[in-house]
Amino acid sequence: MARDLPDITLPDLHREPDLPAPGSFPYTRGIHETMYRSRLWTMRQFSGFSTPQETNRRYRYLLEQGQTGLSVAFDLPTLMGYDADHALAHGEVGKCGASVSSLEDMETLFDGIPLDQVSVSMTINSPAAVIWAMYLAVARRQGVDFARLSGTLQNDILKEYIAQKEYIFPPKPSMRLVTDTVEFATRKTPRFNPISISGYHIREAGSTALQELAFTLRDGLEYVDWALERGLAIDEFAPRLSFFFNAHNNFFEEIAKYRAARTLWAVLMREHYGARDERSWKLRFHAQTAGCSLTWQQPYNNVVRTSLQAMAAVLGGAQSLHTNSLDEAWALPGEHAATLALRTQQVIAFESGVAGVPDPFGGSEYLERLTLEMENGARDYIRAIDEKGGMIAAIEQGFPQAEIARASFEYQQKVEKGEAVIVGVNRYRTMEEQPIETLRIDRSAEDRQIEKLRQLRKTRNNGDVECALNTLRRAAAVNAADRKTDLSARQQSRQDLNSGNLMPPLLDAVEARATLGEICGALREVFGTYEERPHI
Amino acid sequence: MSFPIRVLVAKPGLDGHDRGARIIARALRDAGMEVIYTGLRQTPEMIVNAALQEDVQVIGLSILSGAHNAIVPRVMELLREKDMAGVKVIVGGIIPDDDARELEKQGVAAVFQPGTSLETIVSAVRQAAEHSTPAVK
Repeated sequence: MARDLPDITLPDLHREPDLPAPGSFPYTRGIHETMYRSRLWTMRQFSGFSTPQETNRRYRYLLEQGQTGLSVAFDLPTLMGYDADHALAHGEVGKCGASVSSLEDMETLFDGIPLDQVSVSMTINSPAAVIWAMYLAVARRQGVDFARLSGTLQNDILKEYIAQKEYIFPPKPSMRLVTDTVEFATRKTPRFNPISISGYHIREAGSTALQELAFTLRDGLEYVDWALERGLAIDEFAPRLSFFFNAHNNFFEEIAKYRAARTLWAVLMREHYGARDERSWKLRFHAQTAGCSLTWQQPYNNVVRTSLQAMAAVLGGAQSLHTNSLDEAWALPGEHAATLALRTQQVIAFESGVAGVPDPFGGSEYLERLTLEMENGARDYIRAIDEKGGMIAAIEQGFPQAEIARASFEYQQKVEKGEAVIVGVNRYRTMEEQPIETLRIDRSAEDRQIEKLRQLRKTRNNGDVECALNTLRRAAAVNAADRKTDLSARQQSRQDLNSGNLMPPLLDAVEARATLGEICGALREVFGTYEERPHI
Repeated sequence: MSFPIRVLVAKPGLDGHDRGARIIARALRDAGMEVIYTGLRQTPEMIVNAALQEDVQVIGLSILSGAHNAIVPRVMELLREKDMAGVKVIVGGIIPDDDARELEKQGVAAVFQPGTSLETIVSAVRQAAEHSTPAVK
């Protein structure tokens, strides 16, 4: 029954008089004036498991279900630059993502998926340049012009040293590889984001929201400095830098984090780096809901957590979003759980109405204060890292790692004492089981991948492979400092790559059918490897 | 007076997610134990050698990648080969129930799944240490 509501005149909402509108510098309230009314965020579910065939089947399924972009999860051997038949890969092949060791694997992964029509994000870091070379070679085989490719390479090595720890080479040669891809993308793939500067993993490792924000922005500045040093102009590459943030539990804190990130980046790009192209000022980001917030106990509660986190990402102005599956703490997502996670985004987008208004909480005293606190806190951290000599020096001193470890331990103690509540874990526990179906990767995936590699090594021209790997070794051995060409000469040939860029020899090597493990092995010989000093 | 419990916290396999391992290592140390943390990407051989060198009573393995069925049996086998079967092994991580029971059958003292409290883990390590027998060097 309808009720008459008393006629209440709302008082004027308290608004900061100088709070610029969405779409205006410094983009606190969003990078577009109309936000999702003109274009929804991209629904991009991270997915990959077992063999490239299995993963290809899941991709086609997700695209049929209305997903609008792909996001590739690779298995641990691939992330670490080992082939499926390497001794250290034993037991890990296809477990945490798709196994890709060769160009053939990459071709299978995208079989029937036109790369000029579907944007593809690839979560790969230390061997990112090699995997990207394989992707470019597949595009070539599909007859797709590089200029038409759109997608994102994660390629953020700094957060690997800081948080996720999937590194191979020491920081400096790794940064050279990243800069090679940034330069290549700038010249050859203008619609592809060569890097996704990631706070997600920093947060998953146990950081606070503020640490996630600050370390990510500082990482971004490091990549900018290296690209400038290479001779690229800020407005040539800055528009294609993209970001990746976590969407965690504390609803307003997360929204404030995204707003502060946009504000600080815009100011840094315009004021500090002198960027003139407004696309350089706009921080675009992908968000993923917080895997580490999801529980093994009472797994259906995870659907609720994910919905709230996704809502924060949307209200915070994300450009693309991944929502986690309810079985996150158990296994890789099963098909039912993965579909439900996608449906969660679709309900938010098409039923909740929140997509109709940009930054609806903007001007709220609470949110504006939180945003300002985030900005100020991040500035302090960035200054502290600068004082240590930059992010690489700070990593070598263990600074961000120790900050995160401290935050993660403090949080765990709060959980132990019940000061931080996890519903179903340290409060409202039940003994009854809530069984869910989980995906299991069988051993045969590993056997099949090993057999394919055996065939490949038998049928390809091994002389060509060795020759391509030697060329790569020689190019890698030339120190970045020795191959800086005269900048004024470079002004005349803007379309050319620096002579020492490793992307062309990498492309040649993958097209000669050298495997990921062989290529990374050659680079290990030249660059050496990195090991973290273990500390508690 | 008794000597402090000596425990090796190890991170086998290719996975780099060490949040859990480091929290456990710190909690065990805060509980008065002598903790040796191996760092990342240790093979079963490296782990068993470290356990022998450091003369530990308990080995804690942190595995989140799904590779436990390949890694843990190999650690158990190496311990038997080196006459170190008295060293107790505890596994923590994303381990499905069926696999957990199977690992326990193979001699693993305890398997901890996500959401386990630090208190539970600390007391399980204490208990395991009491039932351990030193390695024969």
